[in-house]
Amino acid sequence: MKSARVAFEGGIYKATELSEGIQLDNGRQVAEEEVVWLPPIEPQTSFALGLNYSDHASELSFKAPEEPLVFLKGPNTFVGHRGKTYRPSDVTHMHYECELAVVIGREAKNVKKEEAYSYITGYTIANDYAIRDYLENYYRPNLRVKNRDHCTPIGPWLVDAAEIQDPMNLALRTYVNGELVQEGSTKDMIFDIPELIEYLSSFMTLSPGDLILTGTPKGTVDTKVGDEVITEIEGLGRLVNTITGEPS
Amino acid sequence: MPKAKAKFSGRLQMQEIDVYLKEGTVQWNGRVDSTEHTWDSPVSCTIYGTLLNYQGALDQMEEALHQDPYKSPPKAPILYIKPKNTITGNQTVIPMPEEVSELEVGACLGLVIGEKASRVSEDEAMSYIAGYTIVNDISVPHDSVFRPAVKHKARDGFCPAGPWIMERDEVPAPDNLTIRVYVNGECKQENHTGNLVRSVAQLLSDVTEFMTLEKGDTLLVGIPENPPRVKDGDQIRIEIEQIGALENKVKKEAAVGGVKS
Repeated sequence: MKSARVAFEGGIYKATELSEGIQLDNGRQVAEEEVVWLPPIEPQTSFALGLNYSDHASELSFKAPEEPLVFLKGPNTFVGHRGKTYRPSDVTHMHYECELAVVIGREAKNVKKEEAYSYITGYTIANDYAIRDYLENYYRPNLRVKNRDHCTPIGPWLVDAAEIQDPMNLALRTYVNGELVQEGSTKDMIFDIPELIEYLSSFMTLSPGDLILTGTPKGTVDTKVGDEVITEIEGLGRLVNTITGEPS
Repeated sequence: MPKAKAKFSGRLQMQEIDVYLKEGTVQWNGRVDSTEHTWDSPVSCTIYGTLLNYQGALDQMEEALHQDPYKSPPKAPILYIKPKNTITGNQTVIPMPEEVSELEVGACLGLVIGEKASRVSEDEAMSYIAGYTIVNDISVPHDSVFRPAVKHKARDGFCPAGPWIMERDEVPAPDNLTIRVYVNGECKQENHTGNLVRSVAQLLSDVTEFMTLEKGDTLLVGIPENPPRVKDGDQIRIEIEQIGALENKVKKEAAVGGVKS
């Protein structure tokens, strides 16, 4: 089962996928372009991983971390499918990051990795944009790089955990204006999903709606105003975003 | 009497109270209230902390700021998030993880945002503040600030806030407030918001240049240098002039309960 949150004619609905178009939870069937796509969940505590694919770590000249490199994001940073993300005019390097996003379904504290999957309600796609010009070496990556308004597109669908047989073996791809620019597999994560849940829940309580963005593989290049960036994960769909020069 | 908003435990809505700072009492619905109440956190949205915003804290790192891994002093505000699992109220217990013997007290003035604040100028910044609260931004002590300190700062119960939100107009000069931290009744730290690197208005302006603060969010102005360390059983009291006092006790996690294994 895949579900989305959309706005249509002034109301907010849950939506499901049809072979053509989508169905709102009041029964109406509409085209996907007729609705405004919201993030498929309202994210609670939102974690993101830095340098969690060894090829991306070496691309950035970092050695792979010995402990997960975790940072937090606020609710302002999320934007739905077909949304727009602002690139300030003075920026020289703003890149996408295609990431598998894990949604927690029940309270988790001191969870062992063998049981970790039972705490997951579903998966979605996140594009964790970074503006490298704003990196500073304090609590790096700092919020000015990673928590800008609408800099984290997410969606389109929340896909039930039961539908994804092996989340540690999914292809990730990013296309800019139709051209394939990033390709990897979740099997190359340094800390896999069960290890991340074990790690985080070892020192804090996770709650339903908490979100873990699991990092991105190699292949991050600069994007420009007007670029259409599609991040795609096998079995989860395609998340479309456009870079804009207009502040959100 | 100074007006504030509080959230008494067991009630869904917030209460408008009068605060008698000198007497240490509050009045609600016309009645002077003894301290029968227990308190929930008066803030519930996102809490953002600011790193190195006291001149003394920055000065202590002066040499390191130019060396690896930092290389150069910070330019823009460096922020972090205290997530929901950390937030508790006045008089709650701060759980101390079994594997550590000390925690660091982070005595912070909290700016509670009154309306959506995006790219606000320094001149207009104060009008976006609904009020002020006291926040104890607890950390497991850590020397390096190179990588985000989620494991040190985001543990359950690590962000007591309250007891109330003092309304903005009751505190006409937030850059001129004395902050004192008492541990078991003894004053262990005294500082002043006049020592902020970025003043309240400048911080709000510089932060909202790159991200929006929503109504109900709280921005902590920073932790003063030489934060006191506390141990199992210690009673912490953070006083901020014109706002009030936030009190919490430290106890070993196992003694607090609620920790599944």
